[in-house]
Amino acid sequence: MTEPVLSVRNLQVEFVTRRSTLRAIDGISFDISKGEVLGVVGESGAGKSLTGLAVIGLIDPPGRIAGGEIYLSGMRIDNLPPEKMRRIRGKRIGMIFQDPLTSLNPLYRIGDQLVETIKTHLNLTESAARRRAVDLLAEVGIPAPEKRVDAYPHEFSGGMRQRVVIALAICAEPELIIADEPTTALDVSVQAQIISLIKRLGRDHGTAVMLVTHDMGVIAETSDRVAVMYSGRIAEIGPVLDVVQNPLHPYAKGLMGAIPTLSGDAARLVQIPGSMPRLSAIPPGCSFNPRCAFAFDRCRIERPEQIKHGTQAVACHLYDAAAKDTAA
Amino acid sequence: MLAFTLRRAIQAIGVMIAVGVIAFSMFRFAGDPVNQIVSMDTSAAERAAIRQSLGLDDPVLVQLGRYFANAAQFKFGVSYQFRLPVADLLKERMPATLELAICATILAMVFGILMGVYSALHRDSLLAKILQAISLIGISLPTFLIGILLIYLFSVTLGWLPSFGRGEVVRIGWWTTGLLTISGLKALILPSITLGLFQMTLIMRLVRAEMLEVLRTDYIRFARARGLTTRAIHFGHALKNTLVPVITVAGMQFGLVIAFAIITETVFQWPGMGLLFVQAVQNVDIPIMAAYLLMVSLIFVTINLVVDILYTVVDPRLRSTISRPV
Repeated sequence: MTEPVLSVRNLQVEFVTRRSTLRAIDGISFDISKGEVLGVVGESGAGKSLTGLAVIGLIDPPGRIAGGEIYLSGMRIDNLPPEKMRRIRGKRIGMIFQDPLTSLNPLYRIGDQLVETIKTHLNLTESAARRRAVDLLAEVGIPAPEKRVDAYPHEFSGGMRQRVVIALAICAEPELIIADEPTTALDVSVQAQIISLIKRLGRDHGTAVMLVTHDMGVIAETSDRVAVMYSGRIAEIGPVLDVVQNPLHPYAKGLMGAIPTLSGDAARLVQIPGSMPRLSAIPPGCSFNPRCAFAFDRCRIERPEQIKHGTQAVACHLYDAAAKDTAA
Repeated sequence: MLAFTLRRAIQAIGVMIAVGVIAFSMFRFAGDPVNQIVSMDTSAAERAAIRQSLGLDDPVLVQLGRYFANAAQFKFGVSYQFRLPVADLLKERMPATLELAICATILAMVFGILMGVYSALHRDSLLAKILQAISLIGISLPTFLIGILLIYLFSVTLGWLPSFGRGEVVRIGWWTTGLLTISGLKALILPSITLGLFQMTLIMRLVRAEMLEVLRTDYIRFARARGLTTRAIHFGHALKNTLVPVITVAGMQFGLVIAFAIITETVFQWPGMGLLFVQAVQNVDIPIMAAYLLMVSLIFVTINLVVDILYTVVDPRLRSTISRPV
């Protein structure tokens, strides 16, 4: 078996405040293989963006990685000194942020920003770096790249700017791309283009992609596997078709039920009652239990661990019982 | 771009005309100029002759027109107290003030930006906190007090630096400079610090606040995610974005430095335009006051124009809005 590009083991992220320590990510584990797209989905505040930032080593104080390990192609990266981690950022891990309008420095030509990044990571001359910049712009689908390379960010539309951002993220051929809500700020028609671009780049270069979004449609279209996050934990993870068509975790069921369909069979969309707990008030046991229709006593006391269930893995006591029943 | 510069230049001329009207009306409302010129025992006939020779009999509009025509040729009349053309007096005094103002501004910009960047990047360090505290003093202490304190410390107690005057000056054409002699440079130190301290602390606080703001932006986060070096991020990406507002303030401050060199020049008996102005106020020397008013507003208007053009050099977004006028 080949080594996964990214392997996260029992990752914990904490925010230390004057009063208390808040645990924003509480022991999550997942792998992404070469060429695979892992979608990470969940409500705002579930910790999906934070997971991406933890992997690339950009969690700002007072946040910190409190435990667990992160491996990039077998090399542990969560405890690297800052200078070594900087050399990995942009070179081996590329990141795409949500808002292309604010991701680019308005005062520099996009060519200069590309050349600067390329020269930071690759040992190229100025002219070679510039040629590469033009090639990259062509690859991400910017028309007339040899002309546009000298344009400023404000001379591009939102979708085109996100293409530039993607070009910046892939300019050193990273093994892993973390895309943090890459389409949220874009028009729907542009969204599809950006999604297919990310998908194509992942396929062409064999890049592993971690796609963070709250849009199930985007996940279904792009991802090979999906991880559903809820209040800092992975509720369910598995192949995207299985999770979408046959969600196991009550939260994942609720999430899929909340997607409108064109056929319009259901009269009303199902909604999950209540809202995600604040970090300072996570209930004991399963953090979803106050909102869960199937909760029983054990859910209020004991925190469920991930259980393998077919191709999927789910953190829910319901399936523990089921597993025992079938075993007995 | 050219159209933009022209438009701004025309606006500047409008401002200058308005100031000119105010300067001119000073002559009419601040007493009878003839009385300022003649002595007590001048006869009425002589007074009338002077009045006629100065053109004070003419209609107001004619006088205003003449005033503008003269001002455009830098003829501001004759000083009542010195009996010399005001233009010559100003020309003689201008190098002293400009050298002082430029030194003070360079001092303020260089140290203000350095200290501001430092205290933004090392926000929690002891030095940054000390700088913040000092900047509060610099902002709140009045200039004359700082000047007197500096004189007391470095001239009276330690005896290192002269307490007044420009020292030896070298004449290059009509320009006199104190930058080429040791005593001239020594004499420049204390007044420059006095004049520049307020500006320095202001710029420091501004750079600090702007820099902290910029460091929080998405493009800085993205620059970090691209693995750029800290140096490139702080001094390339962050500082350049910080400079846009700093240019405005520094430009306005340069105008203020020239206009308010008055106090520093008085404290250090610096033979500049400010000192000339103070003497003119004491002696109701209206031609000098009016000319000084015009001079200062000309400097302000020019600086504004330069600042507007500098913006477009730094920020490409403005360039494209300007080339497509609304």
